[in-house]
Amino acid sequence: MTEFDAAAAAVQAALDAGARYADARVMHLRYESMSARNGDIEELTQDESLGLGVRALVGSGWGFHAVPELSDAAAREAGRRAAQVAAASARVPGPPITLTPAEPVVASWASDCAVDPLGVALSDKGDLLVRATEAARGQGADLAQGLYQVWDTRKWFVSSEGHRIDQHIRECGGGISATSIGEHETQRRSWPSYRGQYGTTGWELVESLDLTGHAAQIADESRALLTAPQCPAGETDLILGDEQLALQIHESVGHAIELDRILGWEAAFAGTSWLDLAQLGSLRYGSELMNVTIDPTIPGALGSFGFDDEGSPAVRRDAVREGRWVGVLAGRDSAAVAGLDHGGSVRADGWARLPMVRMTNVGLEPGPHTLDEIIAATDDGVLMDVNRSWSIDDRRLNFQFGCEIAWEVRNGRRGRMLRNPTYTGIGPLFWRSMDMLSSEIVPWGTPNCGKGQPGQIGHTGHPAAPARFRGVRVGVRA
Amino acid sequence: MTGLRDAGATELDVAARVVELVHQLAGPAAEAEAIVVRHDLALTRFANSFIHQNVAGSQVTVRLRVHVDGRTATGGGSLVDPDGLRALVGRTLAAARLCPPDPAWPGLTPPSAVHSNGLLDEATAYAEPADRADRVRAFVDAVGGLEAAGYCRTSYRSGAFANSAGQSAQGRTTEAAMDGIARTGGADGVARLCAGRLDEVDGTLLGVRAAAKARAAADPVELPPGRYEVVLEPAAVADLLQNLAWSGFNGKRYVERQSFARPGTAQFDPAVTLVDDPTGTLPFDLEGTPRRALTLVEAGTTRAVAHDRRSAAAAGTTSTGHGTPDGSTFGPVPSNLRLLGAPEGGPTGGAVDPATDGDPTGGPVPGAVVDADTAALVAPMTRGLLVSDFWYTRVLDPLSLVITGLTRNGVWLVEDGVPVRAVRNFRFTESYPRALGPGTVLGLGRRPVRQPDRTDGDWWEGPPLRLASWNFTGGASG
Repeated sequence: MTEFDAAAAAVQAALDAGARYADARVMHLRYESMSARNGDIEELTQDESLGLGVRALVGSGWGFHAVPELSDAAAREAGRRAAQVAAASARVPGPPITLTPAEPVVASWASDCAVDPLGVALSDKGDLLVRATEAARGQGADLAQGLYQVWDTRKWFVSSEGHRIDQHIRECGGGISATSIGEHETQRRSWPSYRGQYGTTGWELVESLDLTGHAAQIADESRALLTAPQCPAGETDLILGDEQLALQIHESVGHAIELDRILGWEAAFAGTSWLDLAQLGSLRYGSELMNVTIDPTIPGALGSFGFDDEGSPAVRRDAVREGRWVGVLAGRDSAAVAGLDHGGSVRADGWARLPMVRMTNVGLEPGPHTLDEIIAATDDGVLMDVNRSWSIDDRRLNFQFGCEIAWEVRNGRRGRMLRNPTYTGIGPLFWRSMDMLSSEIVPWGTPNCGKGQPGQIGHTGHPAAPARFRGVRVGVRA
Repeated sequence: MTGLRDAGATELDVAARVVELVHQLAGPAAEAEAIVVRHDLALTRFANSFIHQNVAGSQVTVRLRVHVDGRTATGGGSLVDPDGLRALVGRTLAAARLCPPDPAWPGLTPPSAVHSNGLLDEATAYAEPADRADRVRAFVDAVGGLEAAGYCRTSYRSGAFANSAGQSAQGRTTEAAMDGIARTGGADGVARLCAGRLDEVDGTLLGVRAAAKARAAADPVELPPGRYEVVLEPAAVADLLQNLAWSGFNGKRYVERQSFARPGTAQFDPAVTLVDDPTGTLPFDLEGTPRRALTLVEAGTTRAVAHDRRSAAAAGTTSTGHGTPDGSTFGPVPSNLRLLGAPEGGPTGGAVDPATDGDPTGGPVPGAVVDADTAALVAPMTRGLLVSDFWYTRVLDPLSLVITGLTRNGVWLVEDGVPVRAVRNFRFTESYPRALGPGTVLGLGRRPVRQPDRTDGDWWEGPPLRLASWNFTGGASG
């Protein structure tokens, strides 16, 4: 029995049990990670998982059931159970559910990958982490850590509308960090970010990061931060590096434009959104420099795919155009509720989880400046980079971020290093204050986006570049 | 590709078979440990007062750790047929041979008695979708026309462990949880409960509580940030416990000198006693170490941190039974943490039902206080805040455990022992150990209320808590 056969059997069983629509995903997941600490390998993990998840729509109730096996009997039982779960949803019914129209797709897609991450010798990958953490430790870090992660995912999707799609998606990335421990606080520096940079690509990404070459610098900076002056408290012009701006986009734009949040479907957990659908197309989200796209077609970016987990093809769309809010992340059911004509942003993190609205690549288009130009144009401000902490309210408005490192900017020059930098604000006010944006875009990957109940971990991408924001409150501390 | 059911095997059979396979392929000197867990999880989710996501499924996970010729590797998988197990063992042994040496290998758990933690409820293990939907129906009906959102969850785990040192263990456990909010005019009220049996989860009672809190939270005013005396309800206390567990009582963080914990030191108020209580969970950890209750703080004095075998060896002590799948990276973490309530003669007695008892404080905001425990703590407050819940808390510095986050699901200004008005949400930046330090606890309820974690099987349990000061660093407007 092929994977497609199992998925088709599950779909048919759901239809036989009363579903008016059903889809099923067989997923074969392989995961590998290795971590090192102070020159020793800390852990090597290799996981492999295979199973099937089927989603059924009975009346206006959804049901989902997953099984860890692909026999014909198991697949049919999963389909039947999904329909049974859906029927139980009718005990607390909602409005009628429709799906946006979709052409049945029969296709195959694979991500680009020059060097298969699982084909690289473990000894080579281990040596890289050992060398990099030894170098940081040797340079004076109290704690030097390194990590890489690899995901190799094959999935087979079948729907009752005739979809039949298989995909092979390879993702990987890694990074190092150096921590110096003082009497009352710790200081950490990471390269290229904490837990690393990730993409839908091959091992060539990790090789390009030159982890060992940056180990000494981050160790030096972590020690220097222990005695650096505190980031001052007050309002100032804030320049964010591209890594921190990527997370700012993720938290205060990406999640805010998720249609399930806007519709209240995440109200009790992840939260809602400050955005009101009635203002789609007219609301000013940010300054005219702000152009944000939803683009799962970016080669190598972590949020890229050929088709989402409802079978919708990857399509680039605008989310914010010249500061105006124009688009959302949606699925076929949520889009229909909102009167929109497309989904395209629904994914599940494995065969045992329900597909739901997730970010793809949500990021900025390039601006007209460079980081050097932004610094040169700033008389009095703070430059912060590399995220250390993040927190935002359940409507995605009130945020506070901490960064690993900051520098004074005085009279157009980068000055003293500052420790414990934080900044806080309200999303749309913050984005409207962006008056300079660099063209130096980096497609940062976020491999740890939590959402859903039961919880799912999403992989998202965020093209970002350094930018300047005016009059931001910085230096919040206990 | 078959599952446990088709293989006609128990979890213990499979675990023993994996260890035997390691010896067949790598010789009798190879050290091996295997854990096999079947996990049935079902979750019925509702929003906008109807069921919108409804899932169920079964997963089987086999995790193998081997130590061969001084090298260690870990493998995991979901395939339990002979070919799948042989593949798992083969690739894990191959990985170990390619890994650098592991000089810190702590050895296997020796044979030791494992006693059942009890709390297996067949009705919960085999709960049907209708059983969960009925509780959702009760919650939605009980909020009296307000909008309702949340979930009802049931789970069942059956697990077994075996290692090549002769240790073996098995156990089964169930859990049920409900978490819901009621919403009116932008104000939310929350009620949560976690239990070992589904029949302990009363959707009506939880709905009534959530609705009372939501109505009391309507029309909030904005107060200036600053330090306020607070009464934290059990949902907010759960956040304290979780952050203390993850960053403080974490043996890896302790060994790395990144934890505030100093065993033998009076770091907390004498009213604080914290116990990690594994009752109702699988009775052994990932390494086969028996799980027993562990007192972390006794009357304000830190007594212990949680260890797996690796962190225990580094600290020169023994494992406390807190080995977890990500332990090498994130560390061993207490995940069933209880803040003990005040003893008899303490401030308050049992809970009241707001449906029948109304507002115990009799103040101008009916419903802000929904139990006698909280009422007794609010009554002596001259001026302060009653806080229902915390949200999106993140660590700014692990050593001082300074955390930022927001309030959620209701805040009220209390004057002269009476909640006088609802308040808009605050952002806070606070050191959790300092907030709970000697002399800071002004009152403690008697009745801990178990709050569900995002991961079933984990929970946080505490009574309401009155603290002298909490550092609110921003208002809803920034």
